[in-house]
Amino acid sequence: MYQYDTLDKEFLADRAAEFREQVGRRLAGEITEDQFKPIRLMNGLYLQLHAYMLRVAIPYGSLNPAQLRVLADIGRTYDKGYGHFTTRQNLQFHWIKLADTPDILDRLAAVDMHAIQTSGNCIRNTTADPYSGATVEEVDDPRVWSEAIRQWSSLHPEFSFLPRKFKIAITGAAKDRTAAKVHDIGLMMRRGRDGTLGFEVIVGGGLGRTPFVGPTIKEFLPANRLVSYLEAVLRVYNRHGRRDNKYKARIKILVSALGAEEFGRQVEEEWAKIGPEGDLPDTEIARIRGAFAPLAFDSLVNRSEAFETAKAADPALARFARNNLREHKRAGYTIIEISLKAIGETPGDATSDQMDVIADLAERYGQGDIRVTHEQNIVLPHVKLDDVPAVHAALAAVGLATPNVNLITDMIACPGLDYCALANARAIPIAQDIARTFADQDRAELIGELKIKISGCINACGHHHVGHIGILGVDKKGEEFYQLTLGGSGAEDAAVGSMLGPALPADRVAPAIDTLVEVYLRERQGQERFLDTFRRTGVVPFKEAVYADAN
Amino acid sequence: MPTRIKLHDGEFSLAEDPFTHVTDDEDLVRGDLIISLTRFQSEGERLLAEGRSVGVRLEPAEEVEVLAYDLPRLALVAVAFPKFNDGRAYTAARLLRERYGFKGEVRAVGDVLREQAGFMVRVGFDAFEPADGSTPEQWAHTAHRQRHVYQRAADRRPPAFAERE
Repeated sequence: MYQYDTLDKEFLADRAAEFREQVGRRLAGEITEDQFKPIRLMNGLYLQLHAYMLRVAIPYGSLNPAQLRVLADIGRTYDKGYGHFTTRQNLQFHWIKLADTPDILDRLAAVDMHAIQTSGNCIRNTTADPYSGATVEEVDDPRVWSEAIRQWSSLHPEFSFLPRKFKIAITGAAKDRTAAKVHDIGLMMRRGRDGTLGFEVIVGGGLGRTPFVGPTIKEFLPANRLVSYLEAVLRVYNRHGRRDNKYKARIKILVSALGAEEFGRQVEEEWAKIGPEGDLPDTEIARIRGAFAPLAFDSLVNRSEAFETAKAADPALARFARNNLREHKRAGYTIIEISLKAIGETPGDATSDQMDVIADLAERYGQGDIRVTHEQNIVLPHVKLDDVPAVHAALAAVGLATPNVNLITDMIACPGLDYCALANARAIPIAQDIARTFADQDRAELIGELKIKISGCINACGHHHVGHIGILGVDKKGEEFYQLTLGGSGAEDAAVGSMLGPALPADRVAPAIDTLVEVYLRERQGQERFLDTFRRTGVVPFKEAVYADAN
Repeated sequence: MPTRIKLHDGEFSLAEDPFTHVTDDEDLVRGDLIISLTRFQSEGERLLAEGRSVGVRLEPAEEVEVLAYDLPRLALVAVAFPKFNDGRAYTAARLLRERYGFKGEVRAVGDVLREQAGFMVRVGFDAFEPADGSTPEQWAHTAHRQRHVYQRAADRRPPAFAERE
């Protein structure tokens, strides 16, 4: 991964020192909570239902073992022995004491980590394909460009008080694992006709109250013009985005009000004024690329006898291999995705002990590289096929070998009413109910790829709009109800799901999902996923079945 | 005479303020004035002819572009923060410096807080009317807290990529 130099390290140390001083002023009563709020929100510190929540940035979801061990230890020392990985590829601690936060930030800074811009109306952590640098599918490694954006956006003097928060995602692969089309800016790397590297720029996607799949405003942006173009987009947004209503303040509302074409025109006009002076020098981009520590791959054949033998002897390993491995660009290597969706557990949670095990495995078998996915799993991107049995055994020993990646039990869920002050309903118990309903792995594999996403309120942190099945918690006269949507997708075939019918009480949700799945299994043709079948048949057979049951 | 914090050659100090803010419904007073864009457009010509120094107060919705041709005759532009988190002021200040090469004072007025000192200085503000009673020492402390910056801005500080060369 990217190696921080002295300058990067001093930047974080200065920032941590600043926050220590600010917390000191708050604890001494020199400033009120009202005055402190904007300060703590610049540092990822939220006041939630029960305690402070600290959101730690994991730039483009990339971690090394030392960093993961520090996160584990922070969880153990200052929280309740676990952390929660988020859809922004970050990590949240939900039980933090204000007085501890300066020490926590110092410990993070010591391993090149921070909580800068994990909250507030600024440019948030850029997310990238968790398989970057490993997948056969990519045009280029998006981490290089994500790191350039991390630096450019850190404490940006002009863009730290935007109308609303701002999120950027980059994918280097056509198969999109970043939900790029529902971001404020989605960047999809392409090769131009002349072979040069560039981005398709999508602006104004988003979820929340008004979901949009973002339109493309530039088909091909030469890669070395990225920073000036981002500056132009941000400046048009900063000047013209709405500030009178926080629910209409995201860039998607501006893009939709102006129309993509007019918005794109304004950006081009501003971009022309900024000119190439606003870009990073090519030498700096090359330096960033060079600062990613080179990996040492052995020359291997793309078949491991040891692995094949172990799979034949161990059905659990074979199942894990079927569902949790992805093709690596180097022969004899694989990408392992570790599911944080063990049946009955909280999606995205990992205990400190589990984090330590993952760190050890990454060090021993994975070239010290660890990724967080926006679907709240962990990835070891570079593991030899020969080593998969050992990694699997070690994961299984700590409950991390759940073989369900991309299956129905691999759900996204926001923290919901159990933690979040904004939520209308609980999300985690719903996810747990569904997981138990589909605990039979054979059946889950028979169903195939099915993405369920659960949000405890309309702010849509659980991305329900883009779930193949989306579940939205609503409050009806003090009772928790759940609105189902079908047909959404956050991938390259992005779409916003459509509502199934009247909201259901909590105990009806898992049975309704079961009914939807039965309809799919009955209706599906060939290799269709749930999403494909739904798109072909439309909502009618699904709706009839669920509400026939309910009556 | 009232004062404001002034940034000069990297030093923050309390400096006397020869300008008087006059709102649109107040009568003009003697001396140097800071007036609204609207008032400047109707009365600026006359005030300048009287030999006064004139500054314009720019509200967030008012675009700095409309001032472009008047900038050479303005002593200062006061960029307003109705709330500390109205980030449009940062773009206005930066464009005044970078795009229009404005050399006069760019003053932060309104809900101006010391926590924002670093950002304000970087986009080109060089005068401040703090709303939180903060001192020049506190501004200097906050503004200089980060030893490094990652992006080009109006303050000409070398960004990280230039420092690395």
